[in-house]
Amino acid sequence: MNIQNNETPILRVENYSKHFELHEQHKVIPSSDNVNLEVFSGQLTALIGPTGAGKSTVLKGIYRTYLPSSGRLLFRTKDNVEVDLAKADEHLILELRKNEIGFVTQFLHALPRQATEDVVAQPLVQRGMDKIQARDLAREMLADMNLPEALWSISPATFSGGEKQRVNLARGLVSKPRLLLLDEPTASLDPKTTEKIITLIETLKNDGVAMLAIFHHPELVKRMADNVVQLEAPNVSEQILREIA
Amino acid sequence: MDKVLEVNQLSKVYGKGCPACFELTGPEHNTNICPQCGSIIAAHNVSFDLYKGEILGIMGESGSGKSTAVKCLNFDQPPTSGHATFYGNEKQYDLFAMNAAQQRQLANKRFGMVYQNPHLGLNFEISAGGNIAERLLMSEVKNYADIRSCATNLLTRTEVLTERMDDLPKNFSGGMQQRVQIAKALATNPPLLFLDEVTTGLDLSVQAAILDLILEIQQEQGTAMIVVTHDLGVIRLLAGRTLVMKYGRVIESGLTDQILEDPQHAYTQRLVASAL
Repeated sequence: MNIQNNETPILRVENYSKHFELHEQHKVIPSSDNVNLEVFSGQLTALIGPTGAGKSTVLKGIYRTYLPSSGRLLFRTKDNVEVDLAKADEHLILELRKNEIGFVTQFLHALPRQATEDVVAQPLVQRGMDKIQARDLAREMLADMNLPEALWSISPATFSGGEKQRVNLARGLVSKPRLLLLDEPTASLDPKTTEKIITLIETLKNDGVAMLAIFHHPELVKRMADNVVQLEAPNVSEQILREIA
Repeated sequence: MDKVLEVNQLSKVYGKGCPACFELTGPEHNTNICPQCGSIIAAHNVSFDLYKGEILGIMGESGSGKSTAVKCLNFDQPPTSGHATFYGNEKQYDLFAMNAAQQRQLANKRFGMVYQNPHLGLNFEISAGGNIAERLLMSEVKNYADIRSCATNLLTRTEVLTERMDDLPKNFSGGMQQRVQIAKALATNPPLLFLDEVTTGLDLSVQAAILDLILEIQQEQGTAMIVVTHDLGVIRLLAGRTLVMKYGRVIESGLTDQILEDPQHAYTQRLVASAL
């Protein structure tokens, strides 16, 4: 065991803040305020806090879907290079998304008409894996998610919320990224499928995947989290709703 | 990662131009027409780079200059100023320093262009297969059987019935014309593809098929593409990075999901908020 490695976080968030400047409305809306946290390989860190505390904003900042307003988001790549995700070149971010950082949201964006198994296989194909092999792995993952086999060859467009959620999860987990961001991954799942997901997350931990997650239920946090980070909502009313000049 | 294209400060002015042109136009003046000399500043200082296998989106409303930029790069019209370098075969091509014959040859072999209007990309007087053959002949494939089999493959690939290979494109539906255009653009296996509003005006099922085809080409051949569109849905599905243009200027650029979810410029915020 390399203890040194286990103690070096894969992700360090330092003083991350994000506010939105809405030009038309002449407003600045604070969302995350001075967040600090660390995420380790093989562990799950849970973000908790009330609605509006900016939990999703932290995940989106790390994935660079949001441009951070300030702070550093230091990610240690597989080549052991520290990259500040807040400022890194867009091509590098795209490479990291392809190979190292995954994001499972509550929403599924897929090509129209694409078969579910191909939607799930896509991250593997993008990494250059052979299509047939990628599809096989995708099918295994869909089976793990309890998604009926009859659905695999059709597009997820007409699926129920819970089915779409499972497709989304399968796509996020299939490529085993080094850092996985999970935004309420079990929100619309039944208890049986939720148990399956918990087992899968445990497997990923054992494989060394680092996870930063938001869960709907405190119960899930208790069961799965190795670390917990509590966020407080920025004080919207007094603090920052100021006009932009 | 291999760079395919680098564009530096590309500008295109229609009209004689004057020293005040660039200062008195642009998003902050709400116009691209110079109030002093009446010239149209179609594009000004457009800069970006493009890597192998990357899809770059350019979005903006009509008249924002997004097509102008691409048409200059495809040598359809000369730019007023600026530089562009194409990297291929371990060689660099200074695009706007080449003469017309060199430009034509390079575009034929290494670029593919698909226009919103199939009339611009296809010769309607010759058959679908003939259109593909024309491009192959220009890039020095001369053997009839080779050309025929290449055309058959391309039309199969783009889901155009090969039985209709000898029909004239004017007898095809809009979606089929678009697919013949894509087949023609792909004929020489170009590493760089320009797609100008390719799905605009097509019905939704045909749109989906064409988007699917575009992604397949990108994944299988590592083709770099510039996708010009005003459709945010197309941008979201295809492009990794996006430029936003208004009145001839690039007002914002970034990762596509960031542009759509956390736009920084007032105009982009309004555009995204107005999307259906």
